[in-house]
Amino acid sequence: MISIGIDVGSVASKGVAFNGTSIIAKEIVPTGWSPKLAGETLVKILMEKGKFTREEMSVIVGTGYGRVSLPFINHKVTEITCHGKGAHYFDSGIRTVIDIGGQDSKVIKLDEKGRVTDFIMNDKCAAGTGRFLQVMANVLELDISELSTVAQEGESCQINSMCTVFAESEVISLLAEGATKSQVSAGLLESVVNKTYSLISKMGVEDKVYFSGGVAQSPYIRNLLSRKLNKEIVYSIDGQYNGAIGAALIGWEQDR
Amino acid sequence: MRPTIMEKVEGLRGINSVKIKEASEAGKKVVGMYCVFSPQEIALAADAIAVTLCGTKQEPIAEAEKHLPRNLCPLIKSSYGFAITDTCPYFYFSDVLLAETTCDGKKKMYELMGKIKPMHVMNLPQTAVDEDSLESWKKEMVKFKSFLEEKFDVEITEEKLIDAIKLMNRERDVMKRLHKLNAHKPAPLTGMDMMMAQWLKGFNVDKEAGIQLIEELIKETEELMDKGEFPFTEETPRILLTGVPIGAGSEKVLKLIEEAGGSVVVLENCSGYKGLDTMVDEAKNPIEALAEKYLSTPCSCMSNNNARLDLIKRLAEEYKVDGVVDLTWQACHTYNIESFTVRNFVKDELGLPFIQIETDYSDSDVGQIKVRIEAFLETIETKACCCGGTC
Repeated sequence: MISIGIDVGSVASKGVAFNGTSIIAKEIVPTGWSPKLAGETLVKILMEKGKFTREEMSVIVGTGYGRVSLPFINHKVTEITCHGKGAHYFDSGIRTVIDIGGQDSKVIKLDEKGRVTDFIMNDKCAAGTGRFLQVMANVLELDISELSTVAQEGESCQINSMCTVFAESEVISLLAEGATKSQVSAGLLESVVNKTYSLISKMGVEDKVYFSGGVAQSPYIRNLLSRKLNKEIVYSIDGQYNGAIGAALIGWEQDR
Repeated sequence: MRPTIMEKVEGLRGINSVKIKEASEAGKKVVGMYCVFSPQEIALAADAIAVTLCGTKQEPIAEAEKHLPRNLCPLIKSSYGFAITDTCPYFYFSDVLLAETTCDGKKKMYELMGKIKPMHVMNLPQTAVDEDSLESWKKEMVKFKSFLEEKFDVEITEEKLIDAIKLMNRERDVMKRLHKLNAHKPAPLTGMDMMMAQWLKGFNVDKEAGIQLIEELIKETEELMDKGEFPFTEETPRILLTGVPIGAGSEKVLKLIEEAGGSVVVLENCSGYKGLDTMVDEAKNPIEALAEKYLSTPCSCMSNNNARLDLIKRLAEEYKVDGVVDLTWQACHTYNIESFTVRNFVKDELGLPFIQIETDYSDSDVGQIKVRIEAFLETIETKACCCGGTC
């Protein structure tokens, strides 16, 4: 018996297969224009990688913004509950989850059983999310992952605009004034950290803190946020799968 | 099952806009009002019609923003927009307007609106918890009475006031009994239907007919309850909705809660239960009794507003609620700031899940709000699960 979790995000879709004891397959694909197609592709790849048949799949749980467009799923669960579950599975000592994805950022508080006790999400705006960094990376003609390597601490120039559109013009002006790519990159990453910090401050942080989602892949952001919060931040290389893992676990438990 | 009378209740919207025209043309005076602080009784005692004016729709907001700042509460912008575009029939047929100095946004907007039609503004005290406030509010009642007497060339006698108080108490009583039906588990009426019935009463030109219709609705709902026909199950999460007022056009969040599988059993807001809780004391001097009743309204424009917390506590227990949703309009400073106090009270004192939703009348954030509400209901369901939340 296999439980599948599919997390369709605005940029990337993540899928995992869980057999009751461990994650036997995982995959990430770009969501592209069709969340449905991305979901179907994931199921196919998971079957190949995990070497199981369609009949062995007992349940599929969908999460993420695209969950509503997956016709083949058995349950829909919001990404809040799934991220809570995924983080608890990763480390049961986690009480705060910070997740920054392509178009939203969220802070989730968990109890000792991994149940969500409170959460907060960004408002209807891309400020402080992966999309913000993506747009800015394009202006700098860099890949989004390069922002962290190019950025140099202590040399950042301040980016004042929170709005993605205004920040883009601000970056262009800064470059025109002679600011370097490393200064601008550092400024951009810091602006994301500041925005995240203000969201977290509304909720309060309890140890341990887990940082997941695509933006958590930036070591620069992780370090800066950790210092700003004055707390150690737990991170996993599989953090992007956190929501999908939670979905698969919820499916497994509901199906039992 | 939905009571069939609900269709008649919804039909009031069309009927009342015709009735207000007929009444006005027949020489009846109309007093347009905006708020639950407005003493309708005084208007009724002047033999006038007291109606609530439109302010719950997105449509006129763009026009309103030509005069008002964009960063203002949608209720204020919508009310003003309806007035300047002349698209609210009740505004059109109003001979005079009554307003109160509730929040800053409203009172400054009323300065502009007062240029369109004759308007009387009652100076509402900022606190309900001292004697001076009550004394000054009593004087405001008398001033409003004199204003109408002069405008309409009538005499508002004590007898007429007492009759109006009795009529309004009967309306409150029937609306309160309707609301209390939802204390039953599962609730017999959806929050959407309850909101509609409560909101539409404000437009009733014929109060007696309105009371009669709600009596019929109660009767039919009770019959459905006896038959065991409910729109929800025992397991449906029961939600108390508090915060800003809502009506047709601004019911977005209420609708999303029920579409996501919740049952809004209490509308604590001023378009729902808030104004029904206290009756006007029929044994007292009418002006004093009116002043006491209206001043006791637990609105966020009052400082302090601990009475709201008491009301939330009482209703949460009576209606056996599983969670509290606090709705705030963008730029509504009083409700927005008070939400912090309400959050702490609900979580710590009542031990219930709480979420604040801050939004406006537009549909631009429906997707995000949906996720928040669904996740909120999931936290309630995990708690209520048979396994005690281990799954």
